[in-house]
Amino acid sequence: MDHPTIGDRISGAFIYAALAVILVLVLYPLIYVLSASVSEPSSVIEGRMWLFPVDLTFTGYNKIFHNEEVLIGYRNTILYTVVGTAINLFMTTAAAYPLSRKDFAGRGAITAILVITMFFSGGLIPTYLLIKSLHMINTIWALILPGAVSVYNIIIMRTFFQMSIPPELQEAAAIDGCGNLQTLWRIVLPLSMPILAVMVLFYSVGHWNSYFNALIYLSERSKFPLQLFLREILVKGEVDNMVQGGAAMIGQDQQILDAEIIKYAMVVVANVPIFLLYPFLQKYFVKGIMIGAIKG
Amino acid sequence: MRVFRKYWDLYLLILPVLVYVLVFHYYPMFGLQIAFKNFVAVKGIWGSPWTGLDHFQRFFDSYYFWRLIRNTLGISLYELAVGFPAPLLLALMIHEVRHRSFRKFVQTVTYAPHFLSMVVLVGMVLMFLSPQKGVVNHLITWFGGEPISFLTEPEWFKTVYVLSGVWQSAGWGSIIYLAALAGIDPGLHEAAIIDGASRLRRIWHINLPGIMPTVVILLILNLGSLMGVGFEKVYLMQNSLNKESSDVIATYVYQSGILGSQYSFSAAVGLFNSVVNFILLVIVNAAARRLNETSLW
Repeated sequence: MDHPTIGDRISGAFIYAALAVILVLVLYPLIYVLSASVSEPSSVIEGRMWLFPVDLTFTGYNKIFHNEEVLIGYRNTILYTVVGTAINLFMTTAAAYPLSRKDFAGRGAITAILVITMFFSGGLIPTYLLIKSLHMINTIWALILPGAVSVYNIIIMRTFFQMSIPPELQEAAAIDGCGNLQTLWRIVLPLSMPILAVMVLFYSVGHWNSYFNALIYLSERSKFPLQLFLREILVKGEVDNMVQGGAAMIGQDQQILDAEIIKYAMVVVANVPIFLLYPFLQKYFVKGIMIGAIKG
Repeated sequence: MRVFRKYWDLYLLILPVLVYVLVFHYYPMFGLQIAFKNFVAVKGIWGSPWTGLDHFQRFFDSYYFWRLIRNTLGISLYELAVGFPAPLLLALMIHEVRHRSFRKFVQTVTYAPHFLSMVVLVGMVLMFLSPQKGVVNHLITWFGGEPISFLTEPEWFKTVYVLSGVWQSAGWGSIIYLAALAGIDPGLHEAAIIDGASRLRRIWHINLPGIMPTVVILLILNLGSLMGVGFEKVYLMQNSLNKESSDVIATYVYQSGILGSQYSFSAAVGLFNSVVNFILLVIVNAAARRLNETSLW
């Protein structure tokens, strides 16, 4: 490989060029949003801002942090994410650990009961009626309990337990008088930090980004997560505009201009936690996918 | 009994999960019977009167039936044709990169859009494609073209849907192929180089066959959900002007069921959709097993 042929050099150059184009296509929208969020909105609307900020301004962020609903949404999303992820983590471990033990009687049957739910479901309407009859509409539980655990994640975690925690270690603990739960708590979990991190990230990103359950189960605005407010600001407003023709947009109405910069700033604000976590996310998500792929 | 004494704590540990799947997964499966009933709220799911296949009949006869099938299949097939090969191609290219830091950079960048929420993704699509304010139309007019109203012209809907999906998930989807590529024996490449095989030939004759099992499994899963265009993205991108090409089964179930409270009818539509999906999965899996000796089960 040290002396590539001319043909290989050409194909290599072509691959690098293609990847460079892809990089630009993926990065450009992200940078554009970031730049637009701190640019004078009229420059953005009229197409004078192409890549870097023009006429720096922080009006958008200023407006967002003085908007009560955005703050409510942020608070609610943090609450739903923390409580939801805690329950997810408990439930996933509670299923994955017994199923990882070869000596656990009934693991085949229980695994089957769980896996069937990956292929069959009652669908939207029966689930909705169930949530309604449990009086969970307009409560945090409607967002958290229907997805309290993902079978796919249970399988990933079980695989990790089986591959990475030597059974001899657990047997030794049992001989020393550890009960099953003590073994889990003292021996298995401390050795499972990587997979716990994968799970926390899988679930918390899911909670942070989800809007569907909130859309169908919540009607009180004071309980809306951030994504529902985002939907109103980013999607509904924009669509109404397009459907109505949006001719008024080019007028220099200050309110309309502010609305525009707020949208870009909102996208940035909504993703700040995710971008801060991105280095971890990337590492651990990839790890999770790999473990999943071995089994799946 | 002895087993239970030794493992009672583990059974206790897994009990909440079993209760959860029974309540939130199995109970709704039995709840599906309302698709064959006329659901009356006061009588509940079990007490409502049976109507047989009436709701299915009404759906098949409805004006929307063919439109929903056409859109659902249309979006899936488009996605299959464009969205499925994209991560595969990307992985094959990334795998050829020898500079570690460049490779890492490409991966870091292309994985990133995966973490954006659907609301944010669609919000960005709408902002970028806006006829008056969006950067895409600024570009089009800069080159002398006429602005296009991508989101309100029905013929653009599927393209916007699929291409924004490629933007968001091609990078992420390449991970699994990269993992498979990393498992290919380097000896094969060394031998091929000695035999004078070019890079493209080696990709074609070594890398591609090497990851074929992964490709086939993912293809089966994709084909099996041909009728399963998800709700979340379509719903956000939908508006009164593009509905003609954006109405899919999932959004129809939401609209007639949750918004219109026609619970039995929507449950029937949803059930029809799941049954078709399941049949597709079984057929495709059987075909793949015969052709390729790779299958899900």
